[in-house]
Formats: sequence, C-alpha cells, structure tokens
Amino acid sequence: MSEKACVEVESVSHQYGKRWALNDISFQVYPGQLFALLGPNGGGKSTLFRILTTLLSPTKGTARIEGADIIKQSHDVRCSVGVVFQNPSLDDRLTVLENLTHQGHLYGLKGVPLRQRCHEVMDEFDIDDRAKDMVGILSGGLKRRVELAKANLHHPKILILDEPSTGLDPAARLGLFTYLEKLRTADGVTTLVTTHLMDEADRCDIVAFLDDGKLVALDSPLALKQAIGGDVIIVTTQDAPAMHEKIANRFGGQVDLIDNGVRIERDRGHEFVPELIEAFPNEIDSVTVGKPTLDDVFLHLTGHQLARDSHENVENNR
Amino acid sequence: MNELTGHAWLLPSVSLWRREVVRFLRQRGRVVGALGTPVVFWLLIGSGLRNSFRLPNMDQSINYLEYSFPGMLALIVLFTAIFATISIIEDRREGFMQAVLAAPVSRTAIVLGKVFGSTTLAVGQALVFLLLIPLTGIHVTLAGIILAVAALTVMAIGLSAVGVLIAWPMDSIQGFHAIMNLVLMPMWLLSGAFFPASGASSWMGWIMAINPLTYGVATLRHALYMGQELPGSQYPAPMMSWLVSCAFSVTAIAVAQRMISRKA
Repeated sequence: MSEKACVEVESVSHQYGKRWALNDISFQVYPGQLFALLGPNGGGKSTLFRILTTLLSPTKGTARIEGADIIKQSHDVRCSVGVVFQNPSLDDRLTVLENLTHQGHLYGLKGVPLRQRCHEVMDEFDIDDRAKDMVGILSGGLKRRVELAKANLHHPKILILDEPSTGLDPAARLGLFTYLEKLRTADGVTTLVTTHLMDEADRCDIVAFLDDGKLVALDSPLALKQAIGGDVIIVTTQDAPAMHEKIANRFGGQVDLIDNGVRIERDRGHEFVPELIEAFPNEIDSVTVGKPTLDDVFLHLTGHQLARDSHENVENNR
Repeated sequence: MNELTGHAWLLPSVSLWRREVVRFLRQRGRVVGALGTPVVFWLLIGSGLRNSFRLPNMDQSINYLEYSFPGMLALIVLFTAIFATISIIEDRREGFMQAVLAAPVSRTAIVLGKVFGSTTLAVGQALVFLLLIPLTGIHVTLAGIILAVAALTVMAIGLSAVGVLIAWPMDSIQGFHAIMNLVLMPMWLLSGAFFPASGASSWMGWIMAINPLTYGVATLRHALYMGQELPGSQYPAPMMSWLVSCAFSVTAIAVAQRMISRKA
C-alpha cells in the first residue's frame, strides 16, 4: 500500500511490575481499514488500547496517530480519535441528547452547530427517537449505539473500540459491525477494534494476533487462514490425550490436543478420514472436517486455543 | 474537521459542573438525604443538649441549637464534599471519567467542574438550611447572609478539592469510608462546630488550632453575628479566619489540580 499509514505503532512495550504486557509491538493501520486486535484476555489488547487512546504511556517505544505522537502530542491525538470503551461511559441519569451535548462540550463544540451535529449522529445510529430518554432505561444494544454516536460526534478520522460487543446479544453484535461498515463507507473512518471473538475479527480487513504481549501474526483473515492450508479435522473420543499421542505417533504433522478431542491439519482431509478411522476402529466417537477458522490459525501459531476463552467470556457477560 | 485549538477548559468545566447539579436534582433520595440529615442532626443534638451545654467563661448557658447552627452549615458542606468524592470514584469505575480523560480537555477543567459542581450543591443546600435561622434566636442581617454565603463558598471549594484529592487515587468506596471516619468527620468534630476549643483538653485545642475547618466555621459565626457580639470569645479573629480559609481552599485546589495532571 502506497498510502500513508494513519496509525503507526513503533516498538511499543509496556511493563506492569515485572511482567511485560506488551513486548515490542509494531504495525501500521491504513486509512479506511477495519483493523482487529485479536487475542485472549490478558494478551495485551487492552494495554495497547489504553496506550493508543493516550490514557497510558508505554514503557518503551511510541505510536503516531494521524502523524501526531501519542506521548508528545497527546492533545492532537485526542482531537483526531473517537473512543468507545468496554465499560459504558454514558451517564445513566442524563438523556441521550444530554450525554451527546456534554460530549460535544468536551470537544469544544457548542450552540447550533453542536445541536445539528447531535441530531446528525443520532440519525446515523438510529437513536433519534430516543433523544429524550434517560440512558439508564435503554437496552444494551441501544446504549452501544449511543456510545458510537458519542464517539463520532467530533468527526474523528480514527475510531478505537475496546471489546465493543461486550454484553451484547448476537443480533446487536451484528448490528454493531453494520454501523462500523457504514462509518467506513460514508465517512472514510478508520476503525481499530479489540476483540477476543473470532467471528468479529473475521469481519475485519486486517487482523493482528496478540498473545502474551507479542504480535504473533498480522494479515487479512483470508490470508491467515490460507497460510494454514488444507483442512482441519476434529476427532472426538473418550480419552483425548491418549488418542492425541497415538495419532501424532502414527501420522505425524500438526496434531493438537484440544478441549474434547484432537485436532489435525491435513491437505485433502476427506482422504485422510477413512485412513484415520481404519487405524483406530471403535475408539473414535466422531470426526468432522472443515476449512480452517481464525481459531485454528491462532492455535497453529500459539499452541493454545482462543475459542474456549471466548466462550467463557460470552457466558460471563450475560 | 474539528477546530479545536489550545487548551479548552472553560466549556468542559461548565459542562461537567452542570452535570453535577442535574444529576443531584434527579436523585430524589439524595436531595432528601442531603437536606434532611443535617436538619435531623441539628434538632436532635441541639434539643438534646439544650440545657446541658455551657460555654466556658460564660455564666448563663447558651441555647445549644444556637451554638451548633453554624457548625451544621459546615456539616452540610462536608456531606456534599463527601458525596462529590464518592461520585468521582463511581465515575472512574463506571467509565464516565475515562471518556473525559480521553477527550482533549485540560485536567484543570475536570477538577474545576467537580469542585464548583459540589460547591454549588453545598451552598444551595446551606441556603435552604438557613431558612431555619429564626428558630435559633440569631438576629442575622442581609449583609450577614451574603457574607455567610461567601464563607460557605470558600469552605465548600476547599472541602470539595480535598474530596477530589482523596478520591482520585482510590478505587473503591469501601476504602473511602475509612478515610471519611478517620479524617473528615474528626475534622468537623474538632472545628469548633460541636464544642469550643477553650473548653477542650489542651492537646485537642492544638489540633483544633491547626484544623483549617476551625477557621471556616469561625468565618460563618462572624458572618451570622455580624454587628453583634459573638457568644463567647474563643474564636479566631475575623481577618485571620478569612485568610486561613481562603489560603486553605486555594492550596487544596492547586494540589488537586497537580495530582490529576500527573500522568497515569
């Protein structure tokens, strides 16, 4: 890409006590991209989010947003970035319009232009009929839309969202990404989103995998999946660890132990399945063959699963 | 594009200030609690100690309702500052404050918004409480009321700023309760609001002499008894009281501002 990057992260490291939450992270985001920071909880996403939104100074390295340094020119960075936090940042006891008006004041907007802009964003995120409602009575999905409207009030070129789907039901999650797409096509907004959910990362142009503070992969979801190649075969069985060892010994290649079974990467998976069943008759409960998912990519790269973690989180957030 | 230049602080601080007031008025429980608590305290303590309380060096007893009235005004201010403190902890926990911190707003605006919001609430409530002054027997003048409002404002700014100072590094309301009971309430008890320094043991007299709130309560007494003789003579002089009160408030705001401006 010949265009100039609008977010440049340069060798960012961050230390909490003795632990390195981020370890020498570098990447660029280009204008108009929908960029995902994907990783398990504790992988470093939130630390990076706090650094990019100027709430935290990195121990080493720096980043530039729209050319402005996040440490030395934090004021400029704050002006050009819209932020959606994982925790709701709305005041429950103010109405939707009052919340937006307050946000506008923080960004130096006022009077008629502010009122117009408030109605524009409420229109854009389909909350104009809720203008006079207290935020406290809105549903989770609606609140998220108010958050999005709030973050976009000052026409930011870059939107940074931290786990925006936390606490949302699947329909609302889907809606959220539709709005992000809309912002991209209508206003050319560049979006950075942290997530631990594969299906969300799958909708982005570029995915950065963060694990244990390190950047383990950076590419489009398609390219990442193609890099694994072939098929993914999942075998479920009574004694997964034993089966894992047997398959690894007999067939070799990429074989991993997962939650309730064994996961194998193979080209031409449909030809491998009969061989597998012949080899271990009566020991296999089920076999499924599929194309690799981002979860497979993550497992391939790090040796542990992303999905189990994310399931637990979805449960917790309900 | 946004046309933000320089350090915007006036608009954001006014907006944050207004939010404090709107939030307060929408929480009926808070309004009732804030107005009712000092009234109940004052009536119960004042009537209970009515004839048991005697000022040192004075022959006849003073009506305790009268003696404790200025102190109750100070208590209203203190309670409001405590509420402001708790609201900072809540704002930080709930994420509202994060959004403010990520906005191009000078940190001074955040302190000013909180402090002046809390001051407005404190003075407003104190004004309502002042309506009870006919029950005390204090013959207050209009000038006295105006001076009392000024005294309350200075006191509220100081105590709210102390509240911000206490709340900022704190992440739980539980931790705050300890500070409240160990620092803020004793500060009020030892301010001359409850009993005069001259009748207390000497070590306590010293604490009362270095307690800034002692001077705040004294400014209130001087204002309410303007042009008349104060019952008892154990209070700091008017000039001294005003000087210490103003110096305390300015210092508290400056320290709070510096603390918030420090990068996390």
